[in-house]
Amino acid sequence: MQELINRAKELLADGTVARVLGWKAGDLPFNPEPAYFEKEEDFADFVYDGFCGANLSKYMIEASKLEGKTLVCLKPCDTYSFRQLMKEHRVNREKAYIIGVGCRGKLDVNKIRDLGIKGIESVQGAEIEGSDTLTFQTLYGEKTCSYADAMLERCHVCKGKEHMIYDELIGESRETKDADRFAEVEKIEAMSPEERFAYFQKELSKCIRCNACRNVCPACSCRKCVFDSNKFDSAQKANVNSFEEKMFHIIRAFHVAGRCTDCGECSRVCPQGIPLHLFNRKFIKDIDELYGEYQAGADDEERGPLTSYTVDDAEPGIVAERG
Amino acid sequence: MQRIGVFVCHCGTNIAATVDVKKVVEMALAEPGVVHAEDYQYMCSEVGQEKIQNAIREKNLGGVVVCSCSPRMHETTFRNAAQKAGLNPYMVEIANIREHCSWIHKDVKEATEKAVILMRAAVAKVNLNTPLKAGESRVTKRALVIGGGIAGIQTALDIAEAGYPVDIVEKTPSIGGRMSQLDKTFPTLDCSSCILTPKMVDASAHPNITLYTYSEVEKVSGFVGDFTVDIRKKARSVDMSKCTGCGVCQEKCPSKKIPSEFNRGLSNRTAIYTPFAQAIPNVPVIDRENCIKFKTGKCGVCSKVCQAGAIDYNQKDEIITEKYGAIVVATGFDMIKLDKYDEYAYSQSKDVITSLELERIMNAAGPTSGHLERLSDGKAPKEIVFIQCVGSRCADDRGKSYCSKICCMYTAKHAMLIRDKYPDVNVTVFYIDVRTPGKNFDEFYRRAVEEYGVNYIKGQVGKVIPQPNGKLLVQGADLIDNKQILKEADMVVLAAAIEPNPDVRKIATMLTASIDTNNFLTEAHAKLRPVESPTAGIFLSGVCQGPKDIPETVSQAGAAAVKAIGLLAKDKLLTNPCTAHSDELLSNGCSQCAHVCPYGAITYEERQVNDHGIREVRRIAVVNDALCQGCGACTVTCPSGAMDLQGFSNRQIQAEVDAICL
Amino acid sequence: MSIEAKEEFRPKIVAFCCNWCSYAGADLAGSSRLAYPADVKIIRVPCSCRVNPMFILRAFERGADGVILCGCHPGDCHYTSGNYYARRRMTLLFSMLDFIGVENGRTRVEWVSAAEGVKFSTTMREFVDKIRSLGKNVRLEDLRCRN
Repeated sequence: MQELINRAKELLADGTVARVLGWKAGDLPFNPEPAYFEKEEDFADFVYDGFCGANLSKYMIEASKLEGKTLVCLKPCDTYSFRQLMKEHRVNREKAYIIGVGCRGKLDVNKIRDLGIKGIESVQGAEIEGSDTLTFQTLYGEKTCSYADAMLERCHVCKGKEHMIYDELIGESRETKDADRFAEVEKIEAMSPEERFAYFQKELSKCIRCNACRNVCPACSCRKCVFDSNKFDSAQKANVNSFEEKMFHIIRAFHVAGRCTDCGECSRVCPQGIPLHLFNRKFIKDIDELYGEYQAGADDEERGPLTSYTVDDAEPGIVAERG
Repeated sequence: MQRIGVFVCHCGTNIAATVDVKKVVEMALAEPGVVHAEDYQYMCSEVGQEKIQNAIREKNLGGVVVCSCSPRMHETTFRNAAQKAGLNPYMVEIANIREHCSWIHKDVKEATEKAVILMRAAVAKVNLNTPLKAGESRVTKRALVIGGGIAGIQTALDIAEAGYPVDIVEKTPSIGGRMSQLDKTFPTLDCSSCILTPKMVDASAHPNITLYTYSEVEKVSGFVGDFTVDIRKKARSVDMSKCTGCGVCQEKCPSKKIPSEFNRGLSNRTAIYTPFAQAIPNVPVIDRENCIKFKTGKCGVCSKVCQAGAIDYNQKDEIITEKYGAIVVATGFDMIKLDKYDEYAYSQSKDVITSLELERIMNAAGPTSGHLERLSDGKAPKEIVFIQCVGSRCADDRGKSYCSKICCMYTAKHAMLIRDKYPDVNVTVFYIDVRTPGKNFDEFYRRAVEEYGVNYIKGQVGKVIPQPNGKLLVQGADLIDNKQILKEADMVVLAAAIEPNPDVRKIATMLTASIDTNNFLTEAHAKLRPVESPTAGIFLSGVCQGPKDIPETVSQAGAAAVKAIGLLAKDKLLTNPCTAHSDELLSNGCSQCAHVCPYGAITYEERQVNDHGIREVRRIAVVNDALCQGCGACTVTCPSGAMDLQGFSNRQIQAEVDAICL
Repeated sequence: MSIEAKEEFRPKIVAFCCNWCSYAGADLAGSSRLAYPADVKIIRVPCSCRVNPMFILRAFERGADGVILCGCHPGDCHYTSGNYYARRRMTLLFSMLDFIGVENGRTRVEWVSAAEGVKFSTTMREFVDKIRSLGKNVRLEDLRCRN
């Protein structure tokens, strides 16, 4: 982290960049937040550790409009989003100085809580070069757990440690994939329609339409969301019933289908713990199976699976046929 | 809310026998916004139309719903009627209560209920209609033809004859194309040059045709009726106005060892050259890459011997910018490269040749002056094997999936000509199928077999192995006798697949004309609009659209010309007002809509916007009304709903949905 | 629900038809007097690619029991490629609806040419039968849209 800070200060000092987009320590040891750093002294609370899950690429849409270059710290998975946004002309490559930061998986405080570790006052081992064990000082005494057990779901299905785009790299990355990306989707697919309906009914009824998923999603970056405009008569309605939420989440997933890099931010930020990434991943799985494997943001090919076709694509009836 | 009038047609008894039209009128009057409703026996009649017009005037109607037959039948009738009464024609909607209701339902109650719902949906839609106006755009009365082969020449001649100026842009130094390389043509066996050369002369002499040879299209902008094209006239290094075409420069040029493109590399040419004797224009070009003067600065022989003083080593490329109303693509084809078919030993033996090379060998003006001989040792062959479908109808990615269409016929021609001229030569043809649809084609093929004794074997060749004695061992299969065949041949001729000229992709991109996976240009409709590109104002001539022989190419060239003439004959174009529109405050500028637009109608511009006080420059999608055909593909691709379709807007369709589901 | 009530179930079915092929196919079904249930109501769109998933969900939200989309056969699209895009979009949308447990027979895409009046009519009859067997759509309806 020190190397990153030193380099950031250097680039700021020599005028290469006008500001640095990174993470600053939050009010608790596990909730750092995205922040700009413009002056030497700002770096006092700069942090980059296992809790810095936030994908900063979306912030570059606004940063692209600012004077001068912005140094942005991107983890390997974040660079997919950045590259996808580049394809869509939403971020300006010229306005970004990308430091590809090392990553060994990011942590999920909810998982830590689920392990019975509550009342956390401080954490050791979450540092970027830290150990494989996390040690917590809690209100109830010292507790430990393995780093891997506390990782976000998305890190267990990590896309890889390579950065898709960068100006320079700082820090080592590690492969953290130890699970099948589509296992969860397959588990649901194996259920009966009634069970699936009940499952999603239960999950989606938790939605409070806070729009956190939408706000954090790098693909969901419309200047004005269709659910906020009068173009479809679909402007937000109060949360009084279940279907409205299905409509919102289905359409949201549909709008990002073929563009979603599967960064998993939607699920990470959902205050209700709805596994929203399942919608996106279902689309990704279908796209991979029906139209060939596709990873948004992995290349510069501008056409995605929903803006291209082949003459012998599967018919929609395949959905009913495969049961 | 509009003031809406609803008009229910009886259509004699066609509707009224099954739908209670009075009930529909009664229900219509209860709909919000409806201020007038009436029924009449024949709404489409003079009297019926007057009823609509009177109501528009008297009740000051802002919208009209006609419950009648299909809009495909009388939508235009009712729109025109409304327009005559001063209402915008696009304020009229039709509820189809005949084809979609009275004709298919027997029960009056059921049919009436459905008719009421269809009426409601139309009322709900018309409430959201906005007046639309068909735009106008001007037409530049000049055509551009890209490619100067037989397709381009024919199209240009036909357009020129109709009285419109037309420019041909040809990449090589001469017009003539592939046809000028051919010896004889099937099925009549007349000499290719003899029938082509007069057309080339006509094209060059026609007062309405301008030839830009040794030139390429560099940039295209604009749209149907109003294209602006930059043409790069490459430096010829010879002043066309001074050159007399005497040919002395070519005789004296010391750089003589350059493979001749025209003879497919089977002979050499000089650095200053015309591709062939009948070239038009008959003005040589200097191939600067191979010219000693350009390479070393020394030489200048051509300049010294040119009595006209036409050689100009300082000539530069010139960019010509011209406006056109229509563009015809006639970029033709080439043979595929055979590097993936090394089992036929094309790269290993000089005696394995392609059919186009054979054309040159058979041609009196070709590298062997028309004598059939082996290129390795100049000996007369006794045994010739033809292999069909080399790279055509190919299941894997080595070749092309399509049939090249011309090979069966030209191979029959070659076989016949050889047997005619050299009766002692045995000719064997290995084929998958012999395809001879076309006038007098099958007769021609049968003559080859029956009169000329050409040995046709159904089966493919697995391998051609050059032997130490200079012969070629052909290993093939005879599928009919179900046996393996080993044959020693002196020459092997490969019917290599044809493919679109490799430059076509670049050209199609400039024209925003769509292209298929094989690089053939796509038609606007495979059956009904086969010579038009989906991009308005772009027409297709010849093999650039798909494999064709000469008569088909010439017919299509004529058809493309007629379509272009039809466009040029108009002074103004009326544009379809039901086009997509981009809301500048909602557009993300993400380019997704442009990817799905089949017409290249969407572009992006950096525009200053004022979004509720936020002033900034944004990348905004812009729809060109002249190009948009109103399919709506963009509207669904657009996540923010910035793209909407006039006449079929999101809210209009949703209003219909709501009315139906009420 | 009693047996009588079940028999009375008349589904609400929205059929989006492209102007060039399927709408003309429906017209042909009409002029050939090829009956199909009145439960089907057709909405004319220029092309199958004009149909936004929002429209389909909207229809269900408002109480439709089935939605069918008809367009030109692949390769015959009036706009050359519209139905190819529609095909991908609808395949993914239907798959998602199936994923969240909506009965997959409630949605359908069928390619109907202007010459296929018979196909139009049979398709609609089959579809209505299917929806009748599935019964009322309760999984996607927005109850606020009811009175």
